[in-house]
Amino acid sequence: MAEWVTTHLPALVILVPLTAAPLAFLLGGTLARPIALLSALLSQPLALALAFTVSAEGGVRYEIGGWGGPLGIDLVADGLAATLILVATVVGLGVTVYAWGYFADRERYRYFWPLWLFLWASLYALFLSGDLFNLYVCLELVSMAAVALVGLSLRRDALLAAMRYMLAAILGSLFYLLGVALVYAAFGSIDIATVREAVRADVTGQAAFALMTVGLMLKTALFPLHFWLPPAHSNAPSPVSAVLSALVVKGSFYILVRMWVDVADPSFVPGSAALLGVLGASAIVWGSVQAMRQERLKMLVAYSTVAQIGYLFLLFPLVAGGGAAAADAWVGGMFHAASHALAKAAMFLAAGTVLARFGHDRIAGLGGLSRRAPVTAMAFALAGVTMMGLPPSGGFVAKWQMIRAALESGAWWWAVVVVAGGLLAAVYIFRVVALFLGREGAEGEDADVDAGRSPATMEWATLALALAALALGVLGQPLVELIGVGAPALVAGVGP
Amino acid sequence: MPRVTPMSPAPVRIAAAAICGGFGVLLARALLALPEDEAGLAPLIETNLEASGVKHPITAVLLNFRGYDTMLEIAVLVLATIGVLSLTVARPGTWAPVAEQADPVLSALARFLAPIMLVVAGYLLWAGEHAPGGAFQAGSVIGAAGVLLSLSGYARPVWVTRFALRAVIAGGFVAFLGVAIGVMSAGGALLEYPAGSAKTLIVLVETLLTISIGAILVSLFIASASPAEELRRRMEENR
Amino acid sequence: MTTFAGLSQTDLYALAGAALFVIGLYGLITRPHLLHKVLALNISSGGVFLVLVGIARRVPGPVPDPLPHAMVLTGIVVTVSSTAFALALAKSIYTETGHAVLEPDDLEETGEVSRG
Repeated sequence: MAEWVTTHLPALVILVPLTAAPLAFLLGGTLARPIALLSALLSQPLALALAFTVSAEGGVRYEIGGWGGPLGIDLVADGLAATLILVATVVGLGVTVYAWGYFADRERYRYFWPLWLFLWASLYALFLSGDLFNLYVCLELVSMAAVALVGLSLRRDALLAAMRYMLAAILGSLFYLLGVALVYAAFGSIDIATVREAVRADVTGQAAFALMTVGLMLKTALFPLHFWLPPAHSNAPSPVSAVLSALVVKGSFYILVRMWVDVADPSFVPGSAALLGVLGASAIVWGSVQAMRQERLKMLVAYSTVAQIGYLFLLFPLVAGGGAAAADAWVGGMFHAASHALAKAAMFLAAGTVLARFGHDRIAGLGGLSRRAPVTAMAFALAGVTMMGLPPSGGFVAKWQMIRAALESGAWWWAVVVVAGGLLAAVYIFRVVALFLGREGAEGEDADVDAGRSPATMEWATLALALAALALGVLGQPLVELIGVGAPALVAGVGP
Repeated sequence: MPRVTPMSPAPVRIAAAAICGGFGVLLARALLALPEDEAGLAPLIETNLEASGVKHPITAVLLNFRGYDTMLEIAVLVLATIGVLSLTVARPGTWAPVAEQADPVLSALARFLAPIMLVVAGYLLWAGEHAPGGAFQAGSVIGAAGVLLSLSGYARPVWVTRFALRAVIAGGFVAFLGVAIGVMSAGGALLEYPAGSAKTLIVLVETLLTISIGAILVSLFIASASPAEELRRRMEENR
Repeated sequence: MTTFAGLSQTDLYALAGAALFVIGLYGLITRPHLLHKVLALNISSGGVFLVLVGIARRVPGPVPDPLPHAMVLTGIVVTVSSTAFALALAKSIYTETGHAVLEPDDLEETGEVSRG
């Protein structure tokens, strides 16, 4: 049995939630929650085992159908994939536990569970896919589940946000698919390992990469294509917002990294790395400034996601030169993805508890929250530490690595962007935290409406995620090593 | 009252036309630069066709070489159905007939056509093994038969409970998943059909998928259609 | 292989596909009505599929490359699914707001009316 599990590990990681999803749909209201929790618990040892196997063997390849690429589809796990799967697994468990208490109205939210399990399975499938067309199908699965989850409350604003998201997601997929078609036409394969060998910078190849990149930028909500994200992430039910900001945007970003760091390098299309970096820097500034101006907590957190996505894109100019700087940037970028996922999930869940208890999330009305909901306020503040990049959080390690990479490669201006982004984050987060610690009832009447304590599981799940983000800074060394396992040649730390 | 469908203002239209036009020119340039002699994976597929268990190369790709894609694509279809159902969860009236009792001619015609459509679906399913056809084409015809019946005023039969409907919607995907996992116990990888049984398993999966896809398409139509009375009320309001 | 104005069959299909993709994109941007937007995306996806069909034709011999055809078939099912859901979503928006557009508030202000 143990051997069987080891052999099929990558497939099993996907199969657990993928089997649980239709069962949760079929068996409906009462049984859906236990099924989801069981799936979440089963995923933990599987994801850990995958990470250990990848570390021990330098990577895992699994041939679905026994054909092997390029004829069949392979599941491929390297350090990057294993890291993101671990993150998705931890965040997923936190969100599942939280949602258990959050969706108490079982009949009305009965479809949350199958949709969420499908989304979870699709994310695993996406991170493990070794095939460009299979990635298209995975992207569609992720988008479809995500959009349906955004509209779940059936409120007017949620429906409009879901529609906007849907249109952007479909358009993004079409650009990506057109790119995949050109890749096949130019290089005769859609298996990533085969394309990596065949890739060459001719007109068709460059056009293919450009098309895929535009589609994925739209799906990742990189500035200025972020217009759909704030309404979708803020109007979704809070456990959904957490998953969208923490994991879903990383799905399409992951494919971008595969393309520009693994399959080809940024020199493939001259200027592409600089362009992505500049857009990333603009996202940091624009997202932060917008976050400062928001009056609703969930909108603030959503704009913070727009800003934090910007950091991810600094990866491309920082790795472009190769060498030690690229290796540092690689760790920094992926560490940022991991710590942001944990911290941002905690922030949205905290905002969700606030909404559930007080019926609103107007920031001005949240004075003195640290006395009324101490665990939640604490979780938000701790997540904020990571978001600002203060030591000893995971966000600090990430930003430190990025700054180091920028200085090593002599491109100090990216370091300025990273530091400035941290300061901007401090402004919008301190504004909220100071209010939490301040006097009660700054707004008056609303402050008195308190639906009573929310289930303790919700608050503690939130705190656990925030603490995990913090712990990454202190106990993150194993993760740093995992990120480097089987890393693409460009960022493997060998001089050019 | 005349209904106005607003268009974007002229500056937006001109800017959009310029962007789309420029983009189109670049795209055309890339497409005209395609290498002419790239054979792709066609030779590899041709070589392995024998081992796939079916004679039609596209069916071989869809259900064997890249069966995993097809399995996930069914998941997309199921997911969309759950999504549509989630939008109607607050409206229990969804299950009322979507049309008033139609006139006798249409009603009789639908009764006459529905069985024929089922036979056509059966043929398409069978033909898929060696010619264009297969589960989706067959499922679409079943779906069309269902839509025709519901438009002719036939309501959901009482014996089709909500659970039964969910079971049929998810059934094709669950069966596919079951086969994909089941073959792992025979020592192979996920979706690795044991030698000799590929054809049997593919036909089994395709048959169950056909029924499921038919049910999904009908459900998508009925669940998002307004019940007849609601439609009529709204038409009168608008008048 | 048949040619037209020096263009091979592959080129003709691919160019027609590119044209459809761009037409759909233009419609998506300029048409506020949600039904139009969903249809525009369908036109664009038709364009992508046509490009794939064109690519499949490049293989020498009478039988086209089955892989792009399989991709088109998978793509069609995905498009059908997302279209069905997008339409249901558009309809819910119409029921909720009385308009089938992304920004119903703007319509109320300008007095323009769009009914689904």
